[in-house]
Amino acid sequence: MTQKVIIAGFGGQGVILAGKLLAYTGMVEGKNVSHIPSYGVEMRGGTANCAVIISDQEIASPLVVHPTSLIVLNKPSLLKFEDSVTPSGRILVNESLIDREVKRKDVVVLYVPANKIAEEAGNGRSSNMVMIGAWLAVTGLFSQKTIKESLPRVVSKRNLRYNEINERAIDMGYEYAKNAG
Amino acid sequence: MGEKVLMRGNEALCESAIIAGCRFYFGYPITPQNEVPAYMARRLPEVNGCFLQAESELSAINMVWGASVAGKRVMTSSSSPGISLMQEGISYLAGAELPAVIVNIMRGGPGLGSIGPSQSDYFQATRGGGHGDYRTIVLAPQSVQEIADIMIDAFDLADIYRNPVVVLGDGVIGQMTEPLVLPKPSTRTLPRNDWVLDGASGRDARVVMSLRLSPPGALETHNLHLKEKFCEMERNEVRYEEYELSDAQLVIVAFGTAARVARTCMQKARGLGMKVGLLRPVTLWPFCADALGALAEQRRVKAFLTVEMNLGQMLEDVRLAVLGRKDIFFYGRTGGSVPDEDELFGKITEVFS
Repeated sequence: MTQKVIIAGFGGQGVILAGKLLAYTGMVEGKNVSHIPSYGVEMRGGTANCAVIISDQEIASPLVVHPTSLIVLNKPSLLKFEDSVTPSGRILVNESLIDREVKRKDVVVLYVPANKIAEEAGNGRSSNMVMIGAWLAVTGLFSQKTIKESLPRVVSKRNLRYNEINERAIDMGYEYAKNAG
Repeated sequence: MGEKVLMRGNEALCESAIIAGCRFYFGYPITPQNEVPAYMARRLPEVNGCFLQAESELSAINMVWGASVAGKRVMTSSSSPGISLMQEGISYLAGAELPAVIVNIMRGGPGLGSIGPSQSDYFQATRGGGHGDYRTIVLAPQSVQEIADIMIDAFDLADIYRNPVVVLGDGVIGQMTEPLVLPKPSTRTLPRNDWVLDGASGRDARVVMSLRLSPPGALETHNLHLKEKFCEMERNEVRYEEYELSDAQLVIVAFGTAARVARTCMQKARGLGMKVGLLRPVTLWPFCADALGALAEQRRVKAFLTVEMNLGQMLEDVRLAVLGRKDIFFYGRTGGSVPDEDELFGKITEVFS
């Protein structure tokens, strides 16, 4: 099993954190993991992305050229990464902010109204967690329990107060994907 | 074995330096290694250490001089343009035989270049870097675990040889997060610090200097003494790792992040029956020329392929080791770009056909 995930969106949407959550959870579950953020010139409002690998094997290159999963939170990210996804890979699209359909026919696509679901969970900014929940449901890679236990280990101290909302967002994303599938 | 933790390369190297007994850090911020001063600023005061943000890299490296001559374990870090600014100080450290660890998390150049990951300071790092006849041991990690392990060694090697040691990573190694087990402190017996300037009361005065004007020939004598140290480093400190070399017809030579991309391509090529192996230098200086020379002597080895994040710098050392005995090919990306798996695989296929 090797999952190569690219998570991309606006700076401030928490894509780096979402990637770190996957990496941490993978480590807890005994997998080999790596996480590389895009760095430096990105800032709130710019684009940001990270590459996460979760594997039973030793990870040679930590760089992801062809992701098996692409999670996009905004439209520029979809445009940038759509073509790179491996054939029969997955694309998870934040439908709340992306008004364009995926053109590829050889991938599995799931549209998630992540901002809307996050609002319902208690904070629109938890859209990253909604997408993580949805990804969990479609890949079945980790249990919801491990990922929720990992959450406080990767979130900065000042954002621990959103833990309950984030957990709810993960659950609601998970349920949405289960029902959509 | 200790507990696995998830850390960024830049942070892991700091924690490891603290485990190694480093209590002094002087530096000036630059991407992609800003997590280093940030981590040290928070962490060093907790262990009664000293973090100081200097007004420039020149100032930082000379503060390193000061702490080192007082006998303390000290480090600085920067990225390519900042490391260029430190070269005068590094040359002085080598001349005065002062131990220090200098971490370069390389970015694209020349000039201010870009903030993207790069290996384009290979020449600078392996040829001394500053003026004068000297070398530094250059350690090139490929993972977060390895950069942490290497820091422990780097401080020991600096003390053993009384010479600056360079840890040469790139932006990917610094920014990447991977699980690691933090290393244990070294148990090596180190030479006595009988040169340290720590107050001369009750003993003869000591002098540490890099200017040698008299008697005539003093500098040459000193240079020859340094040469003996450099020869000893060449005898004792060459490190490299071999992957699938026992039946390899094509030998890839790559270090750091480029070596990891090369390994992915090597596995893919092996899956298709191409006998590809990888030799990964861990010390860039001293260089594993003997190991490469031995491979060049083998009849089954048809060619070498050097992979770097530059326009071909280690390539020159590979040529010097192979000495025309086999063909040498090159694949590189530069300007802050990383090697592309597809492109490199294409190159391997091309070399094989």
